[in-house]
Order: sequence, then C-alpha cells, then structure tokens
Amino acid sequence: MGSDEAYNFVFKVVLIGESGVGKSNLLSRFTKNEFNHDSRTTIGVEFSTRTVQLNSFTIKAQIWDTAGLERYRAITSAYYRGAVGALLVYDITKHLTYESVERWLKELYDHADPHMVVMLVGNKTDLESERSVPTEEAKDFAEKKGLLFLETSALESTNVESAFNTVLEEIHKKVSSKEVIRGSIKAVTLNSSRPEDEEEKKPCCRNI
Amino acid sequence: MATDNRIHFWRRNAKVPGSVQPVYGAQHPPLDPRLRRTYPKDTKPKFNNLKSKKACSFQEFACSTNDAWDIDDEEDGHFSGTPFSAALPPSGQESTSSLHSQKLRPQAERPDRNEAPHPQQDHPSDCPHVNGTFGKSCSDADLSSSSAVRSPLQKQQSLPVRPIIPLVARISDQNASGAPPMTVREKSRLDKFKQLLASPNTDLEELRKHSWSGIPREVRPITWRLLSGYLPANKERRELVLTRKREEYFGFIEQYYHSRTDEHYKDTYRQIHIDIPRTNPLIPLFQQPAVQEVFERILFIWAIRHPASGYVQGINDLVTPFFVVFLSEFVTEDVENFDVAALPLETQRNIEADSFWCMSKLLDGIQDNYTFAQPGIQNKVKALEELVGRIDVDIHNHFKKYEVEYLQFAFRWMNNLLMRELPLRCTIRLWDTYQAEAEGFSHFHLYVCAAFLIEWRKEILCMVDFQSLLMLLQNLPTIHWGNEEVGLLLAEAYRLKYMFADAPSHYKR
Repeated sequence: MGSDEAYNFVFKVVLIGESGVGKSNLLSRFTKNEFNHDSRTTIGVEFSTRTVQLNSFTIKAQIWDTAGLERYRAITSAYYRGAVGALLVYDITKHLTYESVERWLKELYDHADPHMVVMLVGNKTDLESERSVPTEEAKDFAEKKGLLFLETSALESTNVESAFNTVLEEIHKKVSSKEVIRGSIKAVTLNSSRPEDEEEKKPCCRNI
Repeated sequence: MATDNRIHFWRRNAKVPGSVQPVYGAQHPPLDPRLRRTYPKDTKPKFNNLKSKKACSFQEFACSTNDAWDIDDEEDGHFSGTPFSAALPPSGQESTSSLHSQKLRPQAERPDRNEAPHPQQDHPSDCPHVNGTFGKSCSDADLSSSSAVRSPLQKQQSLPVRPIIPLVARISDQNASGAPPMTVREKSRLDKFKQLLASPNTDLEELRKHSWSGIPREVRPITWRLLSGYLPANKERRELVLTRKREEYFGFIEQYYHSRTDEHYKDTYRQIHIDIPRTNPLIPLFQQPAVQEVFERILFIWAIRHPASGYVQGINDLVTPFFVVFLSEFVTEDVENFDVAALPLETQRNIEADSFWCMSKLLDGIQDNYTFAQPGIQNKVKALEELVGRIDVDIHNHFKKYEVEYLQFAFRWMNNLLMRELPLRCTIRLWDTYQAEAEGFSHFHLYVCAAFLIEWRKEILCMVDFQSLLMLLQNLPTIHWGNEEVGLLLAEAYRLKYMFADAPSHYKR
C-alpha cells in the first residue's frame, strides 16, 4: 500500500508568506485544482503532494503549507528542514505583505539550505484594480536577491502551474548538476523502482 | 470490481522497474464531494482499494470542511455516550421513530438527484487519490501550456457542502415537533439535571459527575456556565453576578475597542479581522455580519487583555462552541441558519458577554499553548509521543520508520483542541466532558488525543510511506461522527488516564 508508483525524485517545497496572501489556495490549486472561497486558516502546517513530469523524470513535489502568523514561527521553523524549494508569497493588493518579504527571506535563510530555490510570488492578480505593488518593482527586487519571480492568481488559476513547475525545474537542474544541497539528501530521492514497498504490504491490506 | 479496474487501469505495469508512470497532476474538473458517498468506516479495505476508498473520504473531507456532513449520519441524539439503539424506546412509540428516520432519508437523496451527472464520473480516474500520493489531471495535459488552456470556466466555484443536518442535534428532547420522544433513559437524565439545577445551591460535584456522560441539550447552556465557574452555584447570587460580568465586558468594549486602529493594536485587529470569515466558513450563522462582529470584539478584547500571548490563530475557533451553545437556548431548531439579529438586543449582548467570559476561563487553563514558542503545545505533543510509545508500540515504530513527527499532525490537535478534526457537534459533546473533568482541556485532552490516534491504528499501519501517512493524519474521516463515537473515544481516554495516572514520566506538567 501507499505509494508504489515509480518516481525519480521527491522535492520538498515550502509555501511561506504573510497570513491571508493565498498560500493555501495556491497549494490547493496546484495539487487539487481547487480554489476554495471557504478555506480556513492554516494551523501549524498542512501538507499536500503532486507528481509531475519533467522531461523524462517523474517528480513528486511534497508541498508544505505553513501558517503565516508570527506566533507559529517557532514551530514552523522545523519544517524548513530538508526543503529544497520555497515559494515566498505576498498579496499584490496589500503592500504590507510585500514589505515583509525581506523578513521572510531572512527567516528562510536562517533555517533552510542556502542553495534552495526561492521564487517570489505576487498572488491575487485577479484583483488588478486594487494592486498596490507594481510588478516592475517586485521583479527588480527579486532579481537583486537572486529569486525567481512570477505573479499568480490562485482564483483564476493563472500562472500557478508555471510557478510550481519552474521551481521544480530549477531544483532539478541544481540536483542534476550535482550542486551540493546540504542537508537535503533525504528530500531528494533517486528511485527508479521501489521493490521494498511491495514487501511492506501488511496483512490488513491483503485481499480480504 | 469494475470500478477498481477503471481506477487502476494505469497501474498495470506498475511493477516494472524503471517504468515511469503517466503524468498525474491535479484533478480537473475537480470532483464534487456531493456526488461522492463517504464509505462507512467498517468497509473492509480491499487490496489496492483501501487507498481509493479512504481517499474518497479524504477528498470529501478535504473539499468540504470539518463542518459539513451528510444527512445519513445515523447518530443525531446527543444526550449521552450510549448508542441510541441501545436505548430502546417503549414499543408504542416506535412508529414515530421510524417516521422520523424516514423523514431524514429522502433528504439524503436530494443532493445526489439534483446533481447533473458529473462528466468526471466516467473518467477512469474517477476515484481520486488526491490527498493520497498523487493527483489526477487531464490525462494529456501538457504542463507548460496547461495554464493557458484552462479557461475562465475554471474560475473555481468553491465546493462547500452546505450542512444538511444541524450542528446541534435537531432532535429536540420534547415531543412537540414530532421528533422521536425521548427515551426513558434520556428523560431520567434530563430530570436529574433539572433537579440538580433547581437546588438553591447547585452541587457542582454532582453536576460534574452527570455531565461527564453528556449534557442534555436543554440544560447545556446553564450547565456550561456553572461548570466553567462563570455562574455561581448559589442561585441567589446569579442575577447579580451575571449583570456585573456582562456590564464589565461591555465596559471593556467601550473603553478599549476603539483602539483597534491604534498603531499598537492594529496588527492584532487586522489578523482577527481576516481570520473571522475563515473561522466557520461553511455555516451561514457565522457569515452574518452581526455574528462576525461579536467574534471580533470578543477576540480583540481578549487579546489585548492577554498580552503574553495576544491573538493566535486557533483561539478564534474556541469562541464557537460557547457562542453556539448559549445561542441555542433561544433557538428550537436549525441553529446554523438562525438569524441572530432577530433576537432582542439584550439577549444578543448577554450571549456575547457570556461567551467572552467562558472562553476566557477556558483559555486561562491553557494559555501557555499560545505564548511565545507555544511551550504548552510543544510539551503536550511530546507527552503524546511518550504516551503513544507506551500504549501502542506498533504505531510508534511505524511513525519512526517513515519519519513522521508527531508535531506534524498533533500540533493542530493541541492548538485547536481537536476542533479541526471533528464536526462541531462532536466538539460540543466533547466539551461536556472536558468541563466536567478537572483540567479537562489541558490534561484529559492529552488522553483523548492518544485514544483518537489509536482509533485509526488500522488505517495508519496500512500506510507505508510518509506522504500517505501525513495525508491520512491531517484528514481523518470523522465527518459522520456523532455522540456514539465521541462517547467511545472518551471511554477509551478515561481508561488510558486511569492506567497511566501513576506513571509520571509520560506526562510532565
């Protein structure tokens, strides 16, 4: 039972950013193609996966969605461990959420691998009329900091696939070029088959 | 089975080493949970099928939220932990019972019938493995162009399933509405409560003892107020104390609420403000502006009066049970659709003030859950781990083997007191016992969490990788739970507490 599909890599990616910017809906849009107007606040950490095809490789993206609230940082810092990618999300209509990006970056680099792939994501482009963060400004900032950059709308499903896939591709490039990703060996699994999974089938799962 | 073949056709060459599976992205169009029946818990898992059956309930659970459930939840009474069926009604009244359950059943069909056949139904990837190890997508989706291909059609309607049965049991304990009459046992329990409550000086010890097994709906509002220590046991003092406390609360509002725009407090207010609409999003009651404002006031005042923690996400959930229970005093049926503005203003204010004070008392006992670094929660999760290590070595080792950390799923159990894992009606029942116990919300809760975890041991042991374990643990299928399940859970928790009460090392205060 469990995952007995063959995949080549598992990449752990975290979603971070201020409360209310849309992290959970970016996650659900990417992993379930859903946008939920009625989503609840994320408590602690929530987890979802999606398997994608990159060139000829099968990549399992293991995506962690964290609560944005400051109070939780003491807990969530544990979740950076082993992450090879991050989407740092802000809300294009709330300039405050963009201003916090520096702080989030600092936290990210305090806890996570310096080689990790980071994308700055400006979410909620469906609310263009309420925009308060100019695209160019954010783009320049991202360039300066060596971050990838995209603007998305989880609601309209704009650029969500792009954002995640770009991050996954970049991670894959780094892994393939054998650039050292310290501490993330576990998150990156080279597997062409998982024979050990077949032996694990417990009696409870056998055909009854 | 045909279904299985359709679901698993793509897996036929799964065992070939080096084979790469077809691309599965997110399912599109997304599955409508209303078309998906949740499988009963006792469905025997079949080989290769367990995941799909369980995944169906995860999917349903994930698409709806904790607050939504199907009408054919058999358990609807909530007077005690004993199964309704065990309490046999006198024979002359059976016809009413069956009438009632017949009344319920047609409604269960309604959502399915009204739904046009979903195009997804014939798709082989019908049963989702979303929240399992992979999702599904248009089978020939080219990832790079898929966002362009997806049209505005996808402007996703959210998929809330409006609750079909109420939060609090619809079956009233009176005969009036044609609901089944109370069983003899329930009637005698209610009488006992009424007797205790009639006394000029309520025997709180006795009240706790009886409350442990569940409080009859009719007397829950007053019992909760008494058990929390808000309402004095002495009847004569009650009027005075209530008036004083309510005035005090509204005094705070007058004094402090305006400062929510101040530099010092505006972040707190902003956070509360964006969290309230996300608190009980599927329940109409909580979308009413009047109700949302009540929550905002309660939480803001509490936060500024408790600067050691301030407002932390999760605390918003804790207002809900008090509010609903105190409101239910004035609502005979259908609390979740009730228009609060229809109540006299004074009643609304009293409900608000009482909710504030009772929630305050609850939080007093668990404040270190929410102070910086949340030490209370960290300790409790650690204690849970130690306890589980003793009572279920298989589970414990299973987690170790797949590197599942307790913090990854149990954080939410502690932060939100299992409210995110259970339907609201179950939380309310749970809190009957928590308020009857000494330190129920902090101490007994630990044993309830342990019992809750072990409840799923079969499902847990069947998951043999990290992903599926975590997905399971974050989406446990309790959507159909009622008093019976909660009662059993509490009994098990009690048993554990009894066994380990004198084993100090597993629990450090």
